[in-house]
Amino acid sequence: MDSFIVHTGTAVPLRRSNVDTDQIIPAEYLKRITRHGFEDGLFSAWRRDPAFVLNDPAYAGASVLVAGPDFGTGSSREHAVWALQDYGFRVVISSRFADIFRGNSGKGGLLTAQVPQDVIERLWAVIEADPAAEVTVDLEKRQVSAGEVVAAFDVDDYVRWRLMEGLDDIGITLQYVDAIADFEENRPSWKPTTAS
Amino acid sequence: MGRTLAQKVWDDHVVRRAEGEPDLLYIDLHLVHEVTSPQAFDGLRATGRPVRRPDLTLATEDHNVPTTDIDKPIADPVSKAQVDALRRNCEEFGVPVFSLGSREQGIVHVVGPQLGLTQPGMTVVCGDSHTSTHGAFGALAFGIGTSEVEHVLATQTLPLKPFKTMAITVDGDLPAGVTAKDVILAVIAEIGTGGGQGYVLEYRGSAIRGLSMEGRMTICNMSIEAGARAGLVAPDETTFAYLKGRDHAPAGTEWEAAVEYWSSLRTDEDAEFDAEVVIDASALSPFVTWGTNPGQGLPLSASVPSPDDAADEVDRIAIERALEYMDLAPGTPLREIAVDTVFVGSCTNGRIEDLRAAAEVMRGRRVADGVRMLVVPGSVRVRLQAMDEGLDTVFTEAGAEWREAGCSMCLAMNPDKLAPGERSASTSNRNFEGRQGPGGRTHLVSPQVAAATAVTGRLSAPADLAPVA
Ligand code: SF4
Repeated sequence: MDSFIVHTGTAVPLRRSNVDTDQIIPAEYLKRITRHGFEDGLFSAWRRDPAFVLNDPAYAGASVLVAGPDFGTGSSREHAVWALQDYGFRVVISSRFADIFRGNSGKGGLLTAQVPQDVIERLWAVIEADPAAEVTVDLEKRQVSAGEVVAAFDVDDYVRWRLMEGLDDIGITLQYVDAIADFEENRPSWKPTTAS
Repeated sequence: MGRTLAQKVWDDHVVRRAEGEPDLLYIDLHLVHEVTSPQAFDGLRATGRPVRRPDLTLATEDHNVPTTDIDKPIADPVSKAQVDALRRNCEEFGVPVFSLGSREQGIVHVVGPQLGLTQPGMTVVCGDSHTSTHGAFGALAFGIGTSEVEHVLATQTLPLKPFKTMAITVDGDLPAGVTAKDVILAVIAEIGTGGGQGYVLEYRGSAIRGLSMEGRMTICNMSIEAGARAGLVAPDETTFAYLKGRDHAPAGTEWEAAVEYWSSLRTDEDAEFDAEVVIDASALSPFVTWGTNPGQGLPLSASVPSPDDAADEVDRIAIERALEYMDLAPGTPLREIAVDTVFVGSCTNGRIEDLRAAAEVMRGRRVADGVRMLVVPGSVRVRLQAMDEGLDTVFTEAGAEWREAGCSMCLAMNPDKLAPGERSASTSNRNFEGRQGPGGRTHLVSPQVAAATAVTGRLSAPADLAPVA
């Protein structure tokens, strides 16, 4: 995984709350068995509407998504993270994220920066006034800035450390394989197994 | 200070704890299905890692499988490729799999409990958000993403930050005709789709104690729709009676030892929850959703809300969008909403008790003209049991379609879909835009309301129906 310290890019305003993962990527795209190439599925139902913000050429090439509260609710599909990344997003900013989506993002290297809703409103104002406005997301300083707006964002300490180091979770855990084996020694014998 | 049930289960699974890092938690049971696992198995292959505990892992085919003609190859080539990938991966990595056509196949969250694999005090995960279902047994059960699936396959553990805990106390007697589904829809409408975010919900109170395991599973299943990753109910005699004698339940002296431990799994008197919600069971009535998220629900006796009723601007836009998508006008009584399709099934309401409840309403009645009703058992075992009891005949004589087991129209990854603009009453758990097929409109309901709606063609409760002659 690439390490993430600071990212600067243009941003898309997504003026919707409760953006569930069925909207981020509908179930039909989940039949694929590969890890990449999901950009076509991102918001595919909404993208059929010519007025949908992602269809606005002014926002082409944006890498930061600024969304309303409760982003990523619903299904646990990690494809939602992959679709956002494959489309080119490195950061999603929202005033509240669903837990599983946030966890999945951290694993995949997509930063979810949480800020109060009034900051979202101010960011929307900046990027709607000037779609070419650059938004800088500084993970080291936990700070997002765009135009006049400078605000702290919330991110889990451990996720921040992993993102900044670009570390893979499984590799970290496998350092503790002895502790896992010890734990297994002491599990009660009546715990079920799936072996028939 | 005392601990809550969730904290006790958590503490009993900590493999490693270090300041400033997430706890490393041991996973007792890892359930796998075809949709969220292929990329995880690929990851193992790429790094040369084996599955650490295939004997604590179980796979089933559910999301993509057709519910008709299951003796023929899966017609949709993309679905078939995904199911084939699961079979290959399970073979290569030694993971047991219940394939289409097997007596044990079914929706992953129906299969685990019915085999007695889900037990109190366990940690259960699956690459599926409705893993919260298993919390009904007093297990800490939650959905994970594909990277986490790979992590559990490789290490049988997960690094996790502790959850906060919320008590949801439902006290009093549920009025006749009010079911577990109505309780959870009312809870979600009360706390909102984000209200449970960061929490494990513990459902307590006399109304919860009075529910069967099936009812408790329905409630825990939808915890995720309130934003919570997990929901649980303390194990009690109802739990033990359900488990006793099941294929994977402990037996003999092991049973005694297990029950002793399980009996310790309750929230201490002096434990404190981070949040508490109290619901009066006696004030509840059949509940249905009108909008495009599970929090947009109301009693069946109510009317479609207006954007003007919104609490704030964000809510106003959400209501406006939902009404537009659902093609509903403010002020329309919910009982006047006509549907094309009724779906009974899913991991929320696809168990035997749900089918019995729906069949009870259908007995001696007919599905309304112009309405199609699909009954999809949650598993092959549920299907066979229902057929033993003659429920399939009740449904088919009423004009409903009796299908094979799977997720089916809950998420429409198989051929069972709503056409654009069609409207359903569905016993599933999500009414998101397009969830049951692009452009489809979903009203979430209980099995009883689904059946009554099939009879009248409009959202209805059994109490609205004329008695069978
Ligand atoms: S029945 Fe629906 S909610 Fe349950 S596992 Fe299947 S698709 Fe998911």
